[in-house]
Amino acid sequence: MDHLNAVKEPAAASARVRKWKEERLAKDHERIPPRQEEFKTLSGLEIDDVYTEEDVKDIDPVEDIGLPGEYPFTRGPHASMYRGRPWTIRQVAGFGQAEDTNNRYKYLLAHGETGLSTDFDLPTLLGFDSDHPEYRREIGKIGVAVDTVVDFHALFDGIPLEEVSTSLTINASAAILLAMYRVVGDERGISGSQLTGTTQNDILKEYTAQNEFIFPPAKAAELVVDTMEYGAQVMPRFNPLNACGYHIRDAGATAVQEVGLTVSAALCYLELAQQRGIHPDTLAPRVSFFWDVHNDFLEEVAKLRAARRLWARLTRERLKCRDPRSWLMRAHCQTAGVSLTAQQPLNNVARTAIQALASVLGGTQSLHTNSLDEAFAIPSEEAIKVAVRTQQIILEESGAGDVVDPLAGSYYVESLTSQIEEEASELIGRIDEMGGMIAAVENGYANQLIADSAWEHQLSLERGERTIVGVNDFIDDDRSTGGIELFKLDPGVGERQMKRLAEVKRSREEARVAKALRELESVAGDLHHNRMPLIEEAVRARATVGEICDVLRSVWGEYQPSTVF
Amino acid sequence: MTGSSISSPQAPPIKVVVAKPGLDGHDRGAKVVARSLRDAGMEVVYTGIFQTPESILRAVIQEDAQVLGLSSLSGAHMEYAEDLCTLLRENDREDVLFLVGGTIPEEDAAQLKRVGVTEVFGPGTRTEDIINYIVDGVGERADA
Repeated sequence: MDHLNAVKEPAAASARVRKWKEERLAKDHERIPPRQEEFKTLSGLEIDDVYTEEDVKDIDPVEDIGLPGEYPFTRGPHASMYRGRPWTIRQVAGFGQAEDTNNRYKYLLAHGETGLSTDFDLPTLLGFDSDHPEYRREIGKIGVAVDTVVDFHALFDGIPLEEVSTSLTINASAAILLAMYRVVGDERGISGSQLTGTTQNDILKEYTAQNEFIFPPAKAAELVVDTMEYGAQVMPRFNPLNACGYHIRDAGATAVQEVGLTVSAALCYLELAQQRGIHPDTLAPRVSFFWDVHNDFLEEVAKLRAARRLWARLTRERLKCRDPRSWLMRAHCQTAGVSLTAQQPLNNVARTAIQALASVLGGTQSLHTNSLDEAFAIPSEEAIKVAVRTQQIILEESGAGDVVDPLAGSYYVESLTSQIEEEASELIGRIDEMGGMIAAVENGYANQLIADSAWEHQLSLERGERTIVGVNDFIDDDRSTGGIELFKLDPGVGERQMKRLAEVKRSREEARVAKALRELESVAGDLHHNRMPLIEEAVRARATVGEICDVLRSVWGEYQPSTVF
Repeated sequence: MTGSSISSPQAPPIKVVVAKPGLDGHDRGAKVVARSLRDAGMEVVYTGIFQTPESILRAVIQEDAQVLGLSSLSGAHMEYAEDLCTLLRENDREDVLFLVGGTIPEEDAAQLKRVGVTEVFGPGTRTEDIINYIVDGVGERADA
């Protein structure tokens, strides 16, 4: 007992660890020098040889770590976590026409997927119709083509929307697709309150990372607030905003920047809503998050834990939220697309499994595992099945989901959790000083931050400081795809989609479309007039994504892409 | 063997246009390559995203570029690169070293080279290899 007490005494512990480093560890290193000059996490955080009670002495087990399902939610948003409900297996799917993607949904559901997720093609993402003369070559290529609510009906045909939650990866035109989802439900007799899912809709990260924007940032952010308010009123179980670190990270940011920039954006929308007189407690419970889980296993676990604690503290202390649901960060994770290699693609299965395990140990609510062939193309059925099975193996075989937050109390994980929280918090402070996330987008700060990190990463690879198996070490002479069969899109998709659009335009009531678009135009410039009911009416009238976006373009203008590099 | 000509004070810098065609927003690779070429002493213009083949050709002509680097990750690389080959030919700018980067399957890369693309660089390429390729290629074309 005396011995244990002595260990808990900080000064004694410090002396003990110092002695160990100077004598025991130094002796080992004399014999076997460290294999690297310095050790850093993938995000560049310096890491020590070993972590001890010294490193967690400022972390309060109650205030900072707490218990699962309780403030500050470091250990998870729910008390029972996966012992109750497992995370949702949610693989993103989207290509070709709505029917093609609908078939892929059914394939995934038949193989154990438990939630849907949709990728849209570039014209849909950027508010152009399939008959736009410039962009026909992009129809259905990287996602499903959607022009009108007629496509949405086909997309969800035979899918019980009252039972399955759906994630829509859509941003610049998210308001229109959110309305489409509601209208599809309504026209099928499913009420808004039965619909669950998310629209991605975090437009600010588009300007800094994913680059699928239309309107200037300040206008587009107001449209996000419209959707959040609309969601709270007519689809109260749906998350209109899914604040995204994923694209920021894939574009090159570090884990700290991913958390800092994403949380800054989420705060921005809620604070814009506050300026309209909407209390954050009305909207925050339906804000969800989306993280990119990369290769550095323990850093990713720490990141997810840090992000939850940071969000809990900011919503409670800064936004003065009183509803505990506002403090909860619920998150979807996806394994890092940027980590997939075109070289030796079967190795991607191992990478994805490690990243998926980190997502689970970090406490995600929903997970997409990348397919081994996604460095090349839309995944094949075979490849996506392995990705789904990877999640099932983690859940059913590994035991990782059987204890809640099993890494809590690890000196290293807790120390890293605190470090990421602190550094992300500092970044949020810097962004606040320059006027918030919209300013950090407009002045190029966020773009430069991400570009600099991407550049540093590239240099570390080229200097050989970092190894990527199969890319800069353990290279095979054979540069082929290793015999994997790549998915090929049917080249007739574009023609068929344009034909369908022409049919919809022929059969709809033009006067109703024109009236809806005229009314939208008349209020588009008024900040305090929620545009969603008018967008919903336009969608019901079978107006197209392009027509609705054109109205908003005519009032708001378009944003010019950054040429920062 | 290379790299020396680039740092020689009398040689004017090599002019490069780095371009993103169509609606594809994945520009991490384009920006990293642009930066590496600038650091190697070249004069680099990055067009930003959302360019058309016509706007890219205009940039090449306006900048009097010797090199065009096209980056595409949306699966539409064949159409855009083929259009640009035609435009460069029609405008007597076949002298331009036309490089394509992105996740380009091998059979597509072979086809692109047949229609006039000078070289295709896939994922995992070292920026140093691109720099050396450009220095050699521009040198050869100047000597020709």
